[in-house]
Amino acid sequence: MTDLGDLYQQTILDHNRNPRNFRRLEHATRSAEGHNPNCGDRIKVFVQLDGDTISDIGFQMPDGAGCAISKASASLMTTAVKGKPVAEAETLFQAFRDMLSGGAIAPGKLAAFGGVRAFPARVKCANLAWHALHAALQNESDPVTTESARDF
Amino acid sequence: MLDTNIRADFPILARKEHGHRLVYLDNAATTQKPRQVLDAILNYYSTSNANVHRGAYGLAVAATEAYEAARAAVGRFANAWATEAVVFTRGTTEAINLVAGSWGRANVKAGDTVVVTAMDHHSNLVPWQILCAEKGATVRMVEITPDGRIDLLDFGRALEARPRLVAFPYVSNSLGTVNPAAELTRLAHAAGAVVVVDGAQATAHLRVDVQALGCDFYALSGHKMLGPMGSGALIAKPALLEAMPPYHGGGEMIERVWDDHSTWNMIPHKFEGGTPNVEGAVGLAAAIAYLERIGMEQIAEHEQALARVAIERLSQIEGVTVYGPKDHRAGVVPFTYGDIHPHDLATILDREGVCIRAGHHCTQPLMRRLGVAATARASFYIYNGVDDVDALVAAVRKAGEVFGVVTA
Repeated sequence: MTDLGDLYQQTILDHNRNPRNFRRLEHATRSAEGHNPNCGDRIKVFVQLDGDTISDIGFQMPDGAGCAISKASASLMTTAVKGKPVAEAETLFQAFRDMLSGGAIAPGKLAAFGGVRAFPARVKCANLAWHALHAALQNESDPVTTESARDF
Repeated sequence: MLDTNIRADFPILARKEHGHRLVYLDNAATTQKPRQVLDAILNYYSTSNANVHRGAYGLAVAATEAYEAARAAVGRFANAWATEAVVFTRGTTEAINLVAGSWGRANVKAGDTVVVTAMDHHSNLVPWQILCAEKGATVRMVEITPDGRIDLLDFGRALEARPRLVAFPYVSNSLGTVNPAAELTRLAHAAGAVVVVDGAQATAHLRVDVQALGCDFYALSGHKMLGPMGSGALIAKPALLEAMPPYHGGGEMIERVWDDHSTWNMIPHKFEGGTPNVEGAVGLAAAIAYLERIGMEQIAEHEQALARVAIERLSQIEGVTVYGPKDHRAGVVPFTYGDIHPHDLATILDREGVCIRAGHHCTQPLMRRLGVAATARASFYIYNGVDDVDALVAAVRKAGEVFGVVTA
């Protein structure tokens, strides 16, 4: 039996309670919205690109609160990709996605989300922000939903 | 309250969830099935399966009799105007889409108004949106009061537009509100409207008498009343059904078919194109027999008692908000707990064996009015007891421990 502590690790509870980069970027060069129709959670990710580098990043949850998993994941994501080249952010996205679909544990603090694998109903929550980031980096204008990406 | 020995009839309740007794509190989504219903389905396929209404042999006659006996049982259960007033559907959603697609298409014109309420399930809202968009008609949504009832003043204002049709839920799936359906129907009729009652959340929980309600259309789902998924019915005034065009074309619904046109079968068969869900009908009839043995008044009393205990005990937890009216409510208890997202709450409860729903409950316009993105919802049925309320409350307290103390 998987313990609840594996899902709600201290890192996740901390980022849920005190989300980092939880703000709208007024001069964002890219932004994209993610939507999980199952629970109604919506997230908007703002990215400022400086050449090929993510010089700043922020996120908002337009309907107010998101669940702890989606909010903490978004927060941790922003800290993981801030200052990184786009290609590296995409590599982290891939690593995160692989981890949630049963692959190797992702690097650094992203490993805190390894416990989500034992809670299949919550995988979409953890992935939501990353898909929005990916869409922003790809400059996709339509909102992404957790139903339009096969591996959510 | 009902005896919890009743649980022995429900095989699924023997299941263990993360090492705990299964505490199933998502009955507003679907109910579990007693052995009597499962046996009826098995027995149908073991002894009577054939296609209905067409075979010239004894087995097909037996299948047809089982199917039509189920129709009569549904009609008696809801006090329908006649047996042929009962059209079998896949459930409430299809029943309402049938009304929108048949009666609505024939009767709603550009400039007309269709009235719905802010507590309607998407299944009693979206079909009207689709119809109105097609016809150039308007959807008018009636507001709710702060304590979660239909706002009768706004309902009256909406009727001033002389709507073609008024739709509302008998019982709200998100709030538990039991609406004054007979009164609403009387007011809507006085304004010249046809009335559609969404009975999905009511039929399993209180005694339904469609003739006493006086509505024109009543939709119900079998799976929310111990019956199989994919079973359900539209109950309608026979004169309306007679005048309505068909909904689905195909076999069974026709009288004679020519190269370029056809004539229609009698009601209700006119609306049942294709091979019907006979096992669903047979299972639904067994569910009705089971419910009638217990008694709908006893069931309503049992659920309301459990809801009262749950509301009282949850309200004692600091940070918990319970939604919906104080009285006139069914066994549906929506709540939030401080700033814990309902989805997180549901995950933690699941680990304690407690199944609840978290989300918008297919009522997004209502969630906007409540000012929340989502709620947690516990909903009770005949096999639940006070021990289930105990498990719910203990698990909610545990969620508070996991997340630290939370206040809104």
